[in-house]
Amino acid sequence: MIWENVKLALNGLRSNKMRALLTMLGIIIGIGSVIAIVTVGSSLTSSVSSSLVSLGGNNLQLSVDPRPDENGEHANNYSYEDSDLLTDEMLAAYQQRFAQQIRAIVLTESKDPGSALRQGQTAKITTTGANQGFFDLDRVSLAAGRLLTQNDQDGRRKVAVVSDLLVKRLFGGDAQAALGQPVEVTEANGSVNEFTIVGVYTYQMQGVFLGGKPTVSDDARTQLYIPLTTFHELNGVSEGSYFWCEVAPAAGVDTAAFEVRSEQFFEQSYYKNNAQFRVEAYNLKNEMSTITQVLDTISIAIGVIAGISLLVGGIGVMNIMLVSITERTREIGIRKALGATNSAIRTQFIVESVIICLVGGALGILAGCGLGSLGATLIGAPARINFATVLVAVGFSMAIGVFFGYYPANKAAKLDPIEALRYE
Amino acid sequence: MTGEKKPIIQLHNIVKRFYIGQPNELEILHGIDLEVYEGEFVAIVGESGSGKSTLMNIIGALDKPTEGSYILDGIDITAAPDSALSSLRCRKIGFVFQTFNLIARTSAVKNVELPMLYGGVSGAKRTARARQLLELVGMEQRMGHQPNELSGGQKQRVAIARAMANDPAVLLADEPTGALDSATGRVVMDLFHKLHKEQGKTILLITHSQELAAECQRIITIRDGRIIHEAKGGRGA
Repeated sequence: MIWENVKLALNGLRSNKMRALLTMLGIIIGIGSVIAIVTVGSSLTSSVSSSLVSLGGNNLQLSVDPRPDENGEHANNYSYEDSDLLTDEMLAAYQQRFAQQIRAIVLTESKDPGSALRQGQTAKITTTGANQGFFDLDRVSLAAGRLLTQNDQDGRRKVAVVSDLLVKRLFGGDAQAALGQPVEVTEANGSVNEFTIVGVYTYQMQGVFLGGKPTVSDDARTQLYIPLTTFHELNGVSEGSYFWCEVAPAAGVDTAAFEVRSEQFFEQSYYKNNAQFRVEAYNLKNEMSTITQVLDTISIAIGVIAGISLLVGGIGVMNIMLVSITERTREIGIRKALGATNSAIRTQFIVESVIICLVGGALGILAGCGLGSLGATLIGAPARINFATVLVAVGFSMAIGVFFGYYPANKAAKLDPIEALRYE
Repeated sequence: MTGEKKPIIQLHNIVKRFYIGQPNELEILHGIDLEVYEGEFVAIVGESGSGKSTLMNIIGALDKPTEGSYILDGIDITAAPDSALSSLRCRKIGFVFQTFNLIARTSAVKNVELPMLYGGVSGAKRTARARQLLELVGMEQRMGHQPNELSGGQKQRVAIARAMANDPAVLLADEPTGALDSATGRVVMDLFHKLHKEQGKTILLITHSQELAAECQRIITIRDGRIIHEAKGGRGA
């Protein structure tokens, strides 16, 4: 019976395409805009969060920051003394204290832009000292040779891991040939050092948010990684002092709680007598909740607009159903004379109204997915269609059909068959 | 006649009043007594305004009498709740209307299936029976055609097939030839005679034409809401 009604309703829509389309427009716009905004929103969120994870979004950033005053304001003018900064010793103690929670501490220090030279060829580089934690976390993907090891760090060896772009410029792209070869590095201040290449990594543009496609030119400036200890020695210091460092927590660690405990550790052990500075811990993922909140607010606003559109659409459906029932009064009379019960008539028209709304909803979903994907592509995020939303949209269109179809259908069901048969 | 035959329609002292505002009570039927037996072909004749349409609505279970009792195929219609009337119409009555009243944009076979759909007959059975009935009325060539592709006579034959769908206790034909020219009217009347003779259908024909009424077994004449005359017809057995 329901199936017969569905076929009947679809036939009705086919024979009155323009009217059906106009009736459905409100539903199409309502559902379409919800789907579009949700698609763009979830594409954006997932793209941002995957960017953050690839950048170590789960990691803590420890940094030495000025303390806020009594009013919670941060001083605008401040200067660091060496004694204010994080030291290797502090970090070693920290790592020991939270041995269970810490997977690795990443420390890097970079020099100003310099250049690498070999047999008259040059490549733009930035010399970066990186500790063992940096390599333990696979921050670079190795193309040939090896990464730096603890032995390199301990021995303050003058070895380097260079990018494939540097190899391309200095060695004609042959990574194997570059291994074991010396490279001469000239720093911005004029000092010259020679390192032995032990590894080649594949250059990836860092900090690419939202899936934008980086174009890598051959002479892009790349990192030339040397042991952090070697870096310090070249700088003439025995150990490092850092404004900030990155801490990778072990799997399953509650980062929010660990953030607080980390701050407490540094406060109690080292900074409680420092009136000007303290150590603060941040987590990118927590920062991301701000972005999510903004998106949620936008979604709610669009949702309200879409809701109004659906309400208007629903009223349109109700209106056209009332018109349709008046036009088909005689048909209703015939059906009743042939034995249709009131509930059969009611079902027929509710099904018809639901079909109008479902077809409208389906068109809306198509339009919404199309627009959403387009929008996502325009902002450079991979389109992600949220299937839960699609299901909710389908359910919602059906609900609108039932809700706004009930009154006209009930009116049809209650028609007096004699009156209806007489209707011209 | 036919004391031993089963009564299909038993009307006793049927009165129908309409209320057009309290003081203006309008009595259309003033106590109708009528019995129609199984296998009879009866004509009800009356001029317009005689009350025959009102009587037909009551016999067709579209309306209830104000007073009196009506037993259709053993079921007391006057006692049945309104909600039961549709299923009685579905199973017991086959309507044939003057203006055919086929459902537009719906093929002949689907039109014939309609009463069976409401009677809860399953899809395959429905189609098979509809095809069989369309063959019976000589419309096997036009099963897939929609009403607007059929002539008047063809429409009425489809309508008769539809009326037969649930094998009703009585075929109720209201001026079935009224909208047809005499030649096609003849075809339709012959079809009724065929159904009467071959299928033993009980048929109640409502008409204002004495000529058509004369073909039936029994002729009941109504005037001003009363049966004024009853006679045997010329044709039939």
